[in-house]
Amino acid sequence: MSQLEIKNLHVSIDGREILKGLDLTVKQGEIHAIMGPNGTGKSTLAYTLMGHPAYTVTEGEIWFKGQNLLELEADERSRQGLFLAFQYPVAIPGVTVANFLRTAINARRRAADPEDKGVPIPEFRKMLKDQMDLLKMESSFAGRYLNDGFSGGEKKRAEILQMAILKPEIAILDETDSGLDIDALRIVSDGVNALAGPDLGVLVITHYQRLLNYIKPHFVHVMLDGRIVESGGPDLALHLEEHGYEWVREKYEETNGQLSQ
Amino acid sequence: MEEKPKIVISRTRRPAGTPQDFAFSAEAIPAGGVLEDYRRRAWEAFRSLPLPTPAEEAWRRTDLRGLPAASLRLPLPDAWRDLPPVPAHLLRPLTADQHGGQVILLPGGSRVELDPALVARGVVFTDLRTAERDYPELVARMAGQTVRVEEGKFAALAGAFGQNGVLLYVPKGLTIDRPLHSVLWGPGGGLAHLSHILVWVDDGASVTYVHEAASPDEADSLHAGLLEVRVGEAASLKFVELQSWGRGVWNFSHERIQVGRAGNLDWIFGAVGSRLTKNFSELDLAGEGATGRMSGFYFADGTQHLDHDTQQNHLAPHTTSDLLFKGALKGRSRSVWQGMIYVAPGAQKTDGYQANRNLVLSEEARADSIPGLEILADDVRCTHGATVGKLEQEPLFYLKSRGIPLPEAERLMVEGFFDPIMQRIPFDGVRERFQQAIHQKMSLD
Repeated sequence: MSQLEIKNLHVSIDGREILKGLDLTVKQGEIHAIMGPNGTGKSTLAYTLMGHPAYTVTEGEIWFKGQNLLELEADERSRQGLFLAFQYPVAIPGVTVANFLRTAINARRRAADPEDKGVPIPEFRKMLKDQMDLLKMESSFAGRYLNDGFSGGEKKRAEILQMAILKPEIAILDETDSGLDIDALRIVSDGVNALAGPDLGVLVITHYQRLLNYIKPHFVHVMLDGRIVESGGPDLALHLEEHGYEWVREKYEETNGQLSQ
Repeated sequence: MEEKPKIVISRTRRPAGTPQDFAFSAEAIPAGGVLEDYRRRAWEAFRSLPLPTPAEEAWRRTDLRGLPAASLRLPLPDAWRDLPPVPAHLLRPLTADQHGGQVILLPGGSRVELDPALVARGVVFTDLRTAERDYPELVARMAGQTVRVEEGKFAALAGAFGQNGVLLYVPKGLTIDRPLHSVLWGPGGGLAHLSHILVWVDDGASVTYVHEAASPDEADSLHAGLLEVRVGEAASLKFVELQSWGRGVWNFSHERIQVGRAGNLDWIFGAVGSRLTKNFSELDLAGEGATGRMSGFYFADGTQHLDHDTQQNHLAPHTTSDLLFKGALKGRSRSVWQGMIYVAPGAQKTDGYQANRNLVLSEEARADSIPGLEILADDVRCTHGATVGKLEQEPLFYLKSRGIPLPEAERLMVEGFFDPIMQRIPFDGVRERFQQAIHQKMSLD
């Protein structure tokens, strides 16, 4: 069984430390949620896990399927089975959704077998159509330029579509609920739930509890100031919804204060 | 694309070097025939015009000092027999399943095929030699009518010595369904290939014509070409022009297509070869309601230098032109695009558009993009845009995060960059050819 294991992770961007010793393990089949106020490093964690070059790991380790993830480029991490649904997916003008997805599938196939001729077109079309139907996407969507002029909801659906096609073992959803109305949120969540199961581990990063009404986590973690400071079951999310983050902050500062004494 | 508008205005002028001149003599001019006077005039112009230097505005960014003009030879009759043959892929149809006709121009020779059904309907599609002999009136009515030999040293050179050429005439009202195809194959280091192409799509006629020029990678050689095209009243021409000259070729051409009243031109242009290219492509919208679209694709790598000068001349009212040239550059290559929209006095209600977009893929490559407008009428709509950009990092990371290795991610983005050009090309075969060029150039280091 695949697992993503993060140990004492310290990450800086432009010389400023954002993650300050984060520990977390996500196993295939589990759904974890990371919650926390803005500016605590949630997106930094997502980008670092995927290997964005702007984020420098200064200390700690990330292991995935027995491999040191820090030694792998972003494309290798993806082919190993890691996926990031971006908070702000970038537009790629001139490249259609279909062309992009076919290239991504073929990259996987060629990595496994350099002689591979690529996915047969009819097989690809069927796969794409099936997944798009599940996400209630018009078939014309496949011919549009990737994320170019997409609405917020379309971008997020396109992220989930990619996840469905690429079949990761661990998926990180970075603020996938942001910018979605309730209908879009439901469609996106249904998409994630349809993919969730024993073969998929999910790490949901969210600011609001709202998304967790649709995607039910097994574990909830609270992140503050670059660390996970509180972990629990689904109840923790509800508690945060009711009481906010202030009590966690107070508790954390108290502990921190004791530690520094 | 991370793009910023770029207009280069450079006032520095290099001191004019002294490029050596050609050593051709008047004895090499084909004697007799209907073009005798024309060739004599061209020879006079050739003798009186110096080789262009960067002191001339049009040549400011393209330096000919390395051109070994004096050592170039004209191919002898049947020279092709001892030279590499035309590769099969150049002879395949690009725009349909089958050709209506094909002309292959070789050093010192040619091969011609034309569907007998088209011959019976009065279509002429043949090499220039044959045309001079069999259709002297047509040749006389076309040569020198659209491009003047005095326009430049290389126009005069091609006019005087043009050993190789094509004549295409489509009679009034005739629509040709199957495309016509010509290939100019120019093997042989040290040779000067001179071509002269004449096209007349008569009133109400319609045709697709593809012309390709290519050669193997060899030592220095030269191509100078003239292209004179007339699209008659309410006539329609789709013209595809592709150059994949070898890396040793110094390539020069003067091209002008004149479109008559309510005529329509779709001009597609691809350039991936040559050592150095200087190409003048002009569109004359000469009759009221004429429309012309120019779509250019170029990709330079290594030390290639591609210089395209385009001109959209609105000479009559209610004319429409639409130019989009897109280019990518790798290695230490250089491109120049200099475009001008000219609107003549009285050419009211015209609509002119020009855009040039460049993608620079290496630190050492450079693209100059110089749009221009000269408008002498007061009720017109003319717009232009020019950009030079690089590949952005965020989209590359996004593609990589989906498992696509960097080289492929870059290729995908370059293809995306060119997609607006591909969308304008109504031929799968031509699009595939461009895709192959992208593939090839992107995988070279």
